[in-house]
Amino acid sequence: MKLSLEQFDKAFENRVRLQIMSVLVANESYDFNSLKELLQVTDGNLASHLKALDKEKYIMVNKSFIGRKPNTQYSATKTGREAFKKHLEALENLIKQQKR
Amino acid sequence: MEEKDIYAELSSIRNLMERSSKFISLSGLSGIMAGFYALIGAFIGYKVVYTDNNGLTLGNHYANDPVAWRSLFFIAAIVLVLSLFTVVWLTIRQARKKGEDFWNPVSRRLLTNLSIPLITGGLFILILIFRGYYGIIISASLLFYGMALIIGSQYTFTDVKWLGVCEIILGLLAALIPGWGLIFWAVGFGILHILYGSIMHFKYNQ
Repeated sequence: MKLSLEQFDKAFENRVRLQIMSVLVANESYDFNSLKELLQVTDGNLASHLKALDKEKYIMVNKSFIGRKPNTQYSATKTGREAFKKHLEALENLIKQQKR
Repeated sequence: MEEKDIYAELSSIRNLMERSSKFISLSGLSGIMAGFYALIGAFIGYKVVYTDNNGLTLGNHYANDPVAWRSLFFIAAIVLVLSLFTVVWLTIRQARKKGEDFWNPVSRRLLTNLSIPLITGGLFILILIFRGYYGIIISASLLFYGMALIIGSQYTFTDVKWLGVCEIILGLLAALIPGWGLIFWAVGFGILHILYGSIMHFKYNQ
């Protein structure tokens, strides 16, 4: 049975973006390299998805340096958390509808 | 989108949220080994305190004897170093086996949160020794260790919290019933660790 995707957040259509959001919602903040390690994606792939989420104002970027190494921390914004919650609720509703 | 896709999606989200915020490579085996070190340490400590050197048994007088406490402290320090070494070594091995990086944001958070109460407790115990309050050292070590575990349990298996609660109860009992310190120490750091380590080892099928 095919279901409509209308109530889903377009920003979360991509699997990696939804995964990034899951990590950031569960943690205060996460750095680029640890995210890359956890999600098993390439630098470029991760960077482009992070940029997309940043554009939606779903995440916050905090750039700093540890010694000479750049250390970029990401965290979910309030808007991002709400969007994530809504997306999960939409998934939940779909399951409920099908059970009826 | 199919229904089974939604379930797969939800379970992958859940898995990621859990994996990114909990460190699950803590080795149960290392708990068992730390427990054995503590039991051996307690046994040697018992020998030191209750066997005589020059025809004199220290026995119940050790509670106020600085010499006996110094050797007990020395034994405890060796047990601590050996246990830490084993835990770190086996945990790194465990993480490698799971293909997980042991030095990640969660393990860092776990370590900082553990170290604050542990270092505070360690310094407090050194102060107690320095000032000659030997009687409550064992109680203090159990109490601070228990609190460190409860704080640390937020970043790893929740079972660690119950180990912490048991340590705190033992610490309070040790303060209430003087003269049984060595026994409480052996139960808290020895038997409880072996019990907990075995549960973890079999529960999480390591």
